[in-house]
Amino acid sequence: MTSPVTAPSDLDAPPPLAADEPRTPSKRPLSRRLIPYFLVIPALITLLVGMGYPVGWQILNSFREYGLAQQFGQAPEWVGLDNYIGLLTGSEFWTVLIRSVVFMGATALATMIIGIGLALLMKAIPTVPRIILQISMLLAWAMPIVAQMTVWNWLIDDRNGVLNWALSQLPGVDFIGHDWLQNPLSFFAIASIIITWASVPFVALSVYAGLTQVSEEVVEAAQLDGAHGLSMLRRITLPIIRPVLVILLLLQMIWDLRVYAQIQLLQGFGAAGIRYDLLGTYVYGLGVGQGKFGVAAAAAMIVMIFTIGLSWFYVRELLKEDD
Amino acid sequence: MKTKASTGRRVGAVVAIILAVMWAFPVYWMINSSFLPASKITSLTPTWVPFGGSWDNYKAVLDGSTGFGAAMRISLSVTAIALVICIVVAFLGALAVSRFRFKGRKSFVLAVILVQMLPAEAMFIAQYKMIAGLNLLNTIAGLSIIYVAMVVPFTLWMLRGFVAGVPADLEEAAMIDGCTRFQAFMRITFPLLAPGLVASGVYAFLQVWNEFALASVLMTSESSETLPLWLRGFSEPTQFGAVQWGQVMAGSVLVAVPVIVFFMIVQNRMTSGMVGGAVKG
Repeated sequence: MTSPVTAPSDLDAPPPLAADEPRTPSKRPLSRRLIPYFLVIPALITLLVGMGYPVGWQILNSFREYGLAQQFGQAPEWVGLDNYIGLLTGSEFWTVLIRSVVFMGATALATMIIGIGLALLMKAIPTVPRIILQISMLLAWAMPIVAQMTVWNWLIDDRNGVLNWALSQLPGVDFIGHDWLQNPLSFFAIASIIITWASVPFVALSVYAGLTQVSEEVVEAAQLDGAHGLSMLRRITLPIIRPVLVILLLLQMIWDLRVYAQIQLLQGFGAAGIRYDLLGTYVYGLGVGQGKFGVAAAAAMIVMIFTIGLSWFYVRELLKEDD
Repeated sequence: MKTKASTGRRVGAVVAIILAVMWAFPVYWMINSSFLPASKITSLTPTWVPFGGSWDNYKAVLDGSTGFGAAMRISLSVTAIALVICIVVAFLGALAVSRFRFKGRKSFVLAVILVQMLPAEAMFIAQYKMIAGLNLLNTIAGLSIIYVAMVVPFTLWMLRGFVAGVPADLEEAAMIDGCTRFQAFMRITFPLLAPGLVASGVYAFLQVWNEFALASVLMTSESSETLPLWLRGFSEPTQFGAVQWGQVMAGSVLVAVPVIVFFMIVQNRMTSGMVGGAVKG
């Protein structure tokens, strides 16, 4: 399940002045001017406690030696960039980082291609099959992550899973007893398939909504000019919905890079260890698992800077759309 | 030409139905398996339709020894606490942002957006240390604090849109008719906002109710598991024996069905125009 996209549509537009409000704020009575601040205080406190403090802690401790000894009361010592240098000069972090980026690229791309394909299909078919497809997409989209993973784990179960049964129906193939989670490559392929299955509905329905906005006149004019099929798609339709596609792709990349719950759950189902780690589970393992909180904070900071970089493009795209 | 197009549409329709079946299959399979007895589940040929199935798996899950009830109580408490606080806090913030001009307004709005960009997955360690420092690991209070912070920015953002959608003109008209500002707000704006509050509330509910990752970090003892954590524990093989897939699927259905129902409700609310005719009519 994913959150809908919110556009910061009127970021720079303050609310219009109410009729009884004088132009210059200072002329209003003090009590009136203080109202918005009182309204904002609870939200500010929440953000500071829940987000501000952890981020601050993380920044500080990424520059400190904070291991098991510090857990038991020894004062953490400043070590400058040592945590970062240790991570970036070792091979372990890079392996996990590159693996995560590849995983993100493959999953986001597959999600986008299938999602766009389904949206185009929905546009081209009669209402009844379209609604059936949409409902089925909503069902998959609405499933809680834990339920998704549990069901898929049952589908790929080595002895009684439907997948192995179906594959074994092929002549000369026997998959009964095959464990899909043992081999790391197969582990990540399964993870990628599950995440794609779960994220395609959001992409397909959003792109479909975008497609219905493409005006009939433009399409007809292009048809008169001789555009058909693929050329229509490439020259007319896709360019028009390009902003939607860019935002969706960025969101998919951000989400697929941050994927944690699915990997954690799959590991619990039968394959634990660093060979099966992506960034989220790796950072968690460093900190809570091994007690290297300083190093974990540094790793988390690198991940954070990386995702904020990606998100920044996303926000910029949204703001651009607004112009 | 025409026949070619209609053949294409028919092929497209068939492909769409096949894809619909593929996408819904895991959901169907969950429901199907939840009604099957262990003998059918462990048979080497799958049972496609739960004819002659029973509610036994559900009874087994609900009978108390599985921990479903306890996890349900914890999930309900955490969700209720987080949701009430979140709605109040976010609503006040949304009012300030969309009804008042004040110094620092723009910075506040930017902060709300920026906070949403922070990857929760990279803050586990810090949040874990903070809650551990407060001695609130494995407590409803500890998890609720983190959840409120998790959902407030998005809820505030969503409510801001709804509040801005109710024109201030309506309130002013009521004030000209003799209402005080507060009365005008309570009688005019608030009722118009109700659908928006419900929609934002349901979204916040879904996020908190489904949340798995933070809960797995902050609620490590078995007696403080939320429903998602319970389902994970229930579906992992133990040294005592193989996974009871029928019961696990019944558990999944119990966790998923309320969520699916709520999700479908908001889907509709979100698309129908909120206060479309309020000004015109």
